[in-house]
Amino acid sequence: MTLPTIEPTMKLLFGGVLALLAFASLVGFVLGRWVTTENGRNTVRNLNARIKAWWVMVAVFALAFLFGKGVTIILFALISFYCLREFLTLTPTHPTDHRPIAAAFYLFLPLQYWLVWIDWQSMLTVLIPVYAFLLLPVLAVLKGKTDDFLARSARIQWALMLTVFCISHAPALLLLELPGDHKPIYLLFFLITVVQLSDVLQYVAGKLFGRRKIAPHVSPSKTVEGFVGGGLAATAVGAALWWITPFTPLQAASMAAAIVLAGFFGGLVLSAVKRSLGAKDWGVMIEGHGGALDRMDSVTFAAPLFFHLVNYFCAR
Amino acid sequence: MIAALLIGLTRFLVGGSGQWLGCAPSARQRIYFANHSSHLDTLILWAAMPPDLRRRVRPVAAADYWGKGAVQRHIALKVLNAVLIERNARGSDPLEPLRDALAAGDSLIIFPEGTRAFERLPGAFKPGLYHLARAFPEAELVPVFLDNLRRALPKGSFFPVPISCIARFGCPMQLEPGEAKPAFLERARAAVVEMA
Repeated sequence: MTLPTIEPTMKLLFGGVLALLAFASLVGFVLGRWVTTENGRNTVRNLNARIKAWWVMVAVFALAFLFGKGVTIILFALISFYCLREFLTLTPTHPTDHRPIAAAFYLFLPLQYWLVWIDWQSMLTVLIPVYAFLLLPVLAVLKGKTDDFLARSARIQWALMLTVFCISHAPALLLLELPGDHKPIYLLFFLITVVQLSDVLQYVAGKLFGRRKIAPHVSPSKTVEGFVGGGLAATAVGAALWWITPFTPLQAASMAAAIVLAGFFGGLVLSAVKRSLGAKDWGVMIEGHGGALDRMDSVTFAAPLFFHLVNYFCAR
Repeated sequence: MIAALLIGLTRFLVGGSGQWLGCAPSARQRIYFANHSSHLDTLILWAAMPPDLRRRVRPVAAADYWGKGAVQRHIALKVLNAVLIERNARGSDPLEPLRDALAAGDSLIIFPEGTRAFERLPGAFKPGLYHLARAFPEAELVPVFLDNLRRALPKGSFFPVPISCIARFGCPMQLEPGEAKPAFLERARAAVVEMA
């Protein structure tokens, strides 16, 4: 097998990401030497676990990007799978709902990503909101159990919407036909970079300057200072990446701001869902981060919004 | 080879992580007893054991299910190293193969309810556990609660859905001197329920 050739732009972008990670690792190392309090040491330990996990996650994404559309779609399908598993594990589904859950995992998840693969855009935006929405309660009702029926149906539909429908809009960016010779893979890079940097920078700014809590009962770590500082910084990074997108610098900044805002509310809403289920993390898959859905919560809200904004304003 | 494949598939679909809350994994002789809600129970408990213990910790499985087809039989006997018992044995003592395994120094995994429950919490325990505890007083009795299995593969379904299952291991207990059978069985059941 021959390795695909890597475009200079992609080399530059991943070079930048690696430099950033190396810098973060260095900071983590120095902080580990420097911090003395028990509380501070715990924070640094968590920080270093997070950075280590970032190396792995970046490596996985770099490989997928390198091998192109097929592998990227498979990667996101796997991410959806793990997120759906985490969501339904934490959600108290009823044993009688075995059939709708099986349909969610074995029918709608593969079908949705197959639609992305064959580029059937009109269907991928209605499969889950329309067809799954209608079919899943039918499968449930045939079991004849009415206890809690609305809540039971809503749980499975929410799980599927967030973890499969929403997340699949990230690789669906690859389907967009852009003006000029712009490649959609860079839009995916733009989305993931801005969303994840926004999370990281809000976390850092919150740790450094955070005082006023935005929603203490929902997500105690989110502060006004963290949101504004981290959000503005991520927006600036997005603006600086305008040259890989079809946007002007100002458009890139607006897109990044929309991603930051959607990502923030995605994190907040999913945190509320998580807490209503009595949990702090969605899972234990990624050390320092929690579960896969803890890392993807902002993507669930940002991906569909970004997809439709690009489709509306830029796509041919 | 098949074992690695089975572990991989189990982890991918239904998790099967172990939480050792009341004791650490140990090579000493134990009788693990757990609630029974799904055909996955045996597999999950086996997957939750550290690899070096798997050979010597033998699940007790019903011959009428695990001994049926060639594939199931092969997995039960060759991979899980299970002890098969006849649930409806007439005349012979169904506990006989269990006593043999314990006498040989192996540990066991048993499901004292005897049959899969519909509810989340276990039903009444059958007396098998009591008889084994009396015959092998040196074996530690470890309660286990298996969570989420009735959602991953409920009774009456034919294939599992990907919901992560967990095995929670509690504090080891022993049959007290002079403890009556019903009192002991109820105490053992309560030890499993405590971790629910």
